[in-house]
Amino acid sequence: MTKKVTKKKNKKPLAKSSVAAISKKGPATHEKNKKTSNGIKFQAYSPSLEATNIVKIPEKTQLFIGGKFVPAKSGEWMDNFNPATGKLLGQIAVGNTEDVNLAVQSAEKAYASWSKMPGIERAKYLFRIARIMQERAREFAVLETLDGGKPIKESRDVDIPLAAQHFFYYAGWADKLDYAFPGTKPSPVGVCGQIIPWNFPLLMAAWKIAPALAAGNTVVLKPAEQTPLTALLLAEVFTEAGLPEGVVNIVTGAGATGAALVAHPSVKKIAFTGSTDIGKIIARQIAGTNKKLTLELGGKSAHIIFEDAAIDQAIEGIINGIFFNQGHVCCAGSRVLVEETIAPLVINKLKKRMRSLRVGNPLDKNTDIGAINSFEQLEKIKGLVDLGKQEGGDFYESECEIPKQGFFHRPCFFSNVSSGHTIAKTEVFGPVLAIQTFRTPDEAIQKANDTPYGLAAGIWSEKGSKIHAVASKLRAGVIWANTYNKFDAASPFGGFKESGFGREGGLQGLIPYLNF
Amino acid sequence: MPDIKLIGPNGRFVVPHHPIDKVAIEERAQTFTKRSIKKESKQAGLYLAIEMMDLTTLEGADTPGKVKTLCAKAKQPLSPLYFSILEKAKLPPIPSTAAVCVYPSMVRTAAEQLAGSGIHIAAVATAFPSGQLPLSLKLKEVDAAIKDGADEIDMVINRGAFLSGDYQTVFDEILATKEVCRDRAHLKVILETGELQTYDKIRAASTIAMEAGADFIKTSTGKVQPAATIPVTLVMLQAILDFERETGIKIGMKPAGGIRTAKQAIHYLVMVNEVMGEGWLDPDWFRFGASTLLNDVLKQIYKEATGQYFYQDLFSID
Repeated sequence: MTKKVTKKKNKKPLAKSSVAAISKKGPATHEKNKKTSNGIKFQAYSPSLEATNIVKIPEKTQLFIGGKFVPAKSGEWMDNFNPATGKLLGQIAVGNTEDVNLAVQSAEKAYASWSKMPGIERAKYLFRIARIMQERAREFAVLETLDGGKPIKESRDVDIPLAAQHFFYYAGWADKLDYAFPGTKPSPVGVCGQIIPWNFPLLMAAWKIAPALAAGNTVVLKPAEQTPLTALLLAEVFTEAGLPEGVVNIVTGAGATGAALVAHPSVKKIAFTGSTDIGKIIARQIAGTNKKLTLELGGKSAHIIFEDAAIDQAIEGIINGIFFNQGHVCCAGSRVLVEETIAPLVINKLKKRMRSLRVGNPLDKNTDIGAINSFEQLEKIKGLVDLGKQEGGDFYESECEIPKQGFFHRPCFFSNVSSGHTIAKTEVFGPVLAIQTFRTPDEAIQKANDTPYGLAAGIWSEKGSKIHAVASKLRAGVIWANTYNKFDAASPFGGFKESGFGREGGLQGLIPYLNF
Repeated sequence: MPDIKLIGPNGRFVVPHHPIDKVAIEERAQTFTKRSIKKESKQAGLYLAIEMMDLTTLEGADTPGKVKTLCAKAKQPLSPLYFSILEKAKLPPIPSTAAVCVYPSMVRTAAEQLAGSGIHIAAVATAFPSGQLPLSLKLKEVDAAIKDGADEIDMVINRGAFLSGDYQTVFDEILATKEVCRDRAHLKVILETGELQTYDKIRAASTIAMEAGADFIKTSTGKVQPAATIPVTLVMLQAILDFERETGIKIGMKPAGGIRTAKQAIHYLVMVNEVMGEGWLDPDWFRFGASTLLNDVLKQIYKEATGQYFYQDLFSID
């Protein structure tokens, strides 16, 4: 049922201007409260900045190979910026083929003993790593925010705790592999090359390293060139935990470094998280080799709001779905499909809700939306928003102030768009939402599946049977019901179609790291 | 909850079922407690909390003496001796509270004490806290309290009727109470959310109360646990917003019971700010029903001014 309030008495809808008159209608005594400016002062939320003196960022970073920080043989460097200020944080080493080769050799050497080590012993290292990550959580959170621009409340409350959780979770599997897949005798695959993106730098490192090590593999990790700092801090944690040298090696750099890792003949498995374009290149490159591959790529995930949903909570789901981490989320709910009967109400409520989003300095504990990760990404988002405006559709953006320095974008959405609009088809990877309507559950399913991607979907309805019926027909790897962007180490994550293949997290997340 | 069909003075109308997702609303409620409110905004919030406070005593042991001291505290929460300390920190004098809240038998005493102060007198009427009395007697109680000087009536809804599905009686009783209040007193309707328990029911009760003419809706009597909570208040605030959007009529909100610390009060203010937006951080539209909150707020203001905690003995214990 849609809302249908029958008005009673003289409570007729009033024009906006008469609301003020109503508010003064009460007893005259109620106006005695002298208005102070306290309300306005309170609303401003004085800055509450997280201190940054807990972290030290080297002017020039090194690579982590064979358990030691070593200078890159390449002798090449690239600048690393703080996206919230646009200022230089330092320079990062760009590993070349020689560096990658050294890292792989070191991992191969370590593999001989690490793969033979009893699972219960490997588990001890993983538990130790997880605990040290928790102990040093503030360092990780501050560094993640400085390097990537995400709000400190997210790095503090989501990224770092979840990253530690992945190590705890997979530590638990290390000594149970023989029983995890009945009827099989799993063994590790060898040296794994892992290439991770800039949106969840530490979390993606944990997603990849923890199951690989639990299964008895060794690793060469290539962090994103925009955000390598927390991976290097994680290397310090490995040393602190006494992890045998060479079990994890970290080679920073850009595309060429990653390509060298993918091409290395001794690497037995590639795990890549990133854009669909690069994923396709990698898949082509290793076709015909005996390398295993998992890809976790882009998405244009649909968030379906039925008219029988708990509507105010669905609004929260939409907000969280698209504005979490500035929309730099592969499973972002970047397409909202709303039942036509409630579309005006949902848009009205969404606009009001967006007014309370605080965009600004990511180090401020009250910031909801931080900086766009890089200048290039900001330009890409702006370009797609311009294109969206040209193609038509109603554009709305939050009226908030944004900082003059650094890379920021206002949260915004396009409503009245169709599946033919670029903004409803292309992955923006920013705080930009496309809202479409549907009339029936079948139409919602068709529209949700009308995408080359298939990473995630959300369904909002108070009717359980409807949720199950719709979920079973959606072609998406992860489906949330009456919530969105919930992650857990025990739950597998991965896509359909151009969103990639293979699963990370849970028992399924071990499979790509084992031979059966 | 089903859709609720009611008959009002203008005929039949429907309060449609408005589902609330428990997990998601509690998650949102938690975000308000995670805001970091410091410095000027914290100070403003503390002063605001006092301006919004219905300073309350609702005990069997209440005496005229007790109510007199409560009124003195409402007028002057802190001795002006200490104002110089505030002044040094560029903080204004401590304001008076919005109202005192007492039983009807104490209204006359409160009215004498507060004459000319501008502080409202709220009386809990309609057989507070249980509401288990015939309607005619409840209405007489309300009328008597107003005649004695109350300009705000905090009534309880008939939970027995509500929980048995007799929503019409709940509606009629509020409507009748409103008729008695007319323009003589503001009507706050207490839902006693701790007895309704589910968010769906709290939402329905909020809408029934507003349709029947409540000026404010209020969570609790303070006599039932749990009393006010952030998610319950959020449900009610969202009901208020929807009612305003549909009818143009703005209704006030009063959480009461269990709000004892300045920190909690600030969480509520964050919620009002972020859910309702501008214009709502105002005692005309938001009140705290509390008895022990005031001293904690004073303590925090003193700390803001001096960097040190005031020792408890320097406050009046009223």
